[in-house]
Amino acid sequence: MSSAPSAESMKENDAGTSILARQRLNRPVAPHLMIYKAQITWYLSGLNRITGCLLSGGFYVFGALYLVAPYVGWHLETAVLAAAFAKWPAVLKVGAKVLVALPFTFHSFNGVRHLTWDTASMIDNKKVNQTGWTVVGLTVVSALLLAFL
Amino acid sequence: MALRLASRRLALASAAAPAPRIFARGMASVLEHTKGEPLSTVSEALSSSTAPTPPSKTTTIKEPEPEKSSKIKTFHIYRWNPDEPSSKPKMQSYTLDLNKTGPMMLDALIRIKNEVDPTLTFRRSCREGICGSCAMNIDGVNTLACLCRIPTETTKESRIYPLPHTYVVKDLVPDLTQFYKQYKSIKPYLQRSTPPPDGREYRQSHEDRRKLDGLYECILCACCSTSCPSYWWNQEEYLGPAVLLQSYRWIADSRDEKTEQRKDALNNSMTLYRCHTILNCSRTCPKGLNPALAIAEIKKSLAFA
Repeated sequence: MSSAPSAESMKENDAGTSILARQRLNRPVAPHLMIYKAQITWYLSGLNRITGCLLSGGFYVFGALYLVAPYVGWHLETAVLAAAFAKWPAVLKVGAKVLVALPFTFHSFNGVRHLTWDTASMIDNKKVNQTGWTVVGLTVVSALLLAFL
Repeated sequence: MALRLASRRLALASAAAPAPRIFARGMASVLEHTKGEPLSTVSEALSSSTAPTPPSKTTTIKEPEPEKSSKIKTFHIYRWNPDEPSSKPKMQSYTLDLNKTGPMMLDALIRIKNEVDPTLTFRRSCREGICGSCAMNIDGVNTLACLCRIPTETTKESRIYPLPHTYVVKDLVPDLTQFYKQYKSIKPYLQRSTPPPDGREYRQSHEDRRKLDGLYECILCACCSTSCPSYWWNQEEYLGPAVLLQSYRWIADSRDEKTEQRKDALNNSMTLYRCHTILNCSRTCPKGLNPALAIAEIKKSLAFA
């Protein structure tokens, strides 16, 4: 028995690889997102990413608009925005505030959860479940509080 | 790895010339092949599964000998036959009398194969949760069919799929070539250059031995890796929870002398850090292990090295 693979066996291996590669062109990919059971683990993780993108994206977009506003002639100063917002009907005001507050509170609370996991603590099925639902509760309550401020 | 690359090359042969290297997500040192190939990263992110024909559009194969007292339950099972590669996968429905079927999902599958439809294909061996062959997605959760009880409410219909986001070889049999190659890549064996001090065996304190509890029990059934959305999108470069748990099993071993090299191999943007603590892995492990904790321990040991 030789320790290094011979040229023959390498060739054979390549042939096997190309057969498998051709097979894979025909093989279907098993269903994943559509069939996996809704669980608090991956739902909150997905939400964490989505809310993070929304918050940071919104921040960057508004920041960029604020920077170019003086050159284009828009008025995005705090006083102008507040005055415009004050004219909205109450339902719309609370609704808009809830919509902005929910991603913010969720991402903040869930962020703490992720930071805790990075220290390799609170990782077991029971605690993940408990802290997950706690975050959901805290998110809703604190978002409503912020909305009615 | 090379296989997936080769198949993708064939698929994309006419698509486009490789984009400039500047757009590549770099740094992965263990699995080299996708460097400078952002197309594969993009296609991975966009890769969608092949949707099976829903059970409403397929036939139902009935329990062979129904009786008045029968407890008839419906099972929808994913079918795909490689002998007809152009036909779509479908969900085939079967009804079984639970009174004549064993208590576990694997019993139902075996009964279907023996008495109703011999063409149904699945892997099984030990039927007691030791071998890991019968890993599949049952009612939306990855588990071993032999350890999963059939829910006795006959009104609820059960759905059985292969492990998510794997290439299907036939019916419930997934292609795990990539998974095994990744396992091989972490060198899952003791690496030492110094002989044992007493010239006989490598000794370990009780305390050091206890560090391996919860790690060595893994049977590599791939339930956790294929439950991980991050592994679904990045399995060419990300090792996935099962292989990372195994990696930690050797990092944590007091007798191993290549700990630093093992850690170095993981210290890049893809191999380890595609874990975003989604925690589907620990939730689904049929052996009750905690891959997420093992990964967190690796990350911690890299951060405070």
